Amino acid sequence: MVGNVAEAEDLTQETFLQLHRKISTFRGDSAFSTWLHRLAINVVLMHLRKKGLPLISMDEALEPAPEGNPSRGFGASDPALSGSIDRMALERAVTCLPAGYRLVFVLHDIEGYEHHEIAAMLNCSIGNSKSQLHKARLKLRDALRTYSRQEARR
Amino acid sequence: MTQDTNPQTCEEFQAQLPELIGSSEKLAMNLHIQNCPRCRSLLSDLMTIAEAARELLPTVEPPEEVWKHIESAIKNEQGLRESETGRE
Repeated sequence: MVGNVAEAEDLTQETFLQLHRKISTFRGDSAFSTWLHRLAINVVLMHLRKKGLPLISMDEALEPAPEGNPSRGFGASDPALSGSIDRMALERAVTCLPAGYRLVFVLHDIEGYEHHEIAAMLNCSIGNSKSQLHKARLKLRDALRTYSRQEARR
Repeated sequence: MTQDTNPQTCEEFQAQLPELIGSSEKLAMNLHIQNCPRCRSLLSDLMTIAEAARELLPTVEPPEEVWKHIESAIKNEQGLRESETGRE
């Protein structure tokens, strides 16, 4: 979620410290694992906010598309991704996503949260969450197709 | 539900895609996707990515050292708390 092993380890430590501090507030309304997972996500969100990374509403001005053409994804000559995607390539591409896109992609497509839950966590609209996810997937598609082309040339 | 009768351009379809992609029902009724191989290919790619992502649940275990750090940080914090309580 943060795209960096050392940071992830620091945040793991912070999550368990928070767990130690807050365990008395766990009321059993949800499964303990769900509660702990939420706690971990909050720790990550707080960390990203402290770093000054915009978690949401990052428009293209912050991450301009190098080609500057939003419909480039429709190029007729570009082959479609094959049915199976190289796991390592996808992991690398996710790591390279801008922080805001990565966050929504991880929460929705990897962790399985619904858009309304993500909107509540990130304090944004459901439409915004959907739009961020869509942009994240488009960026991943570009990255994966570049990877496929490079592999094909080898 | 009625089927779309006004065919969209690729750009119009793309603009609606963030909303449409979560609804297989709406996608099935969309005329543009039925008639545009490029947009079908785009949609298929995006769905393939979403499916592949489900296999990416983190499998990395933090190294032993991280658990040792956590243990000592908790002990430190507990020690601080106890000494503060002792002073009260």
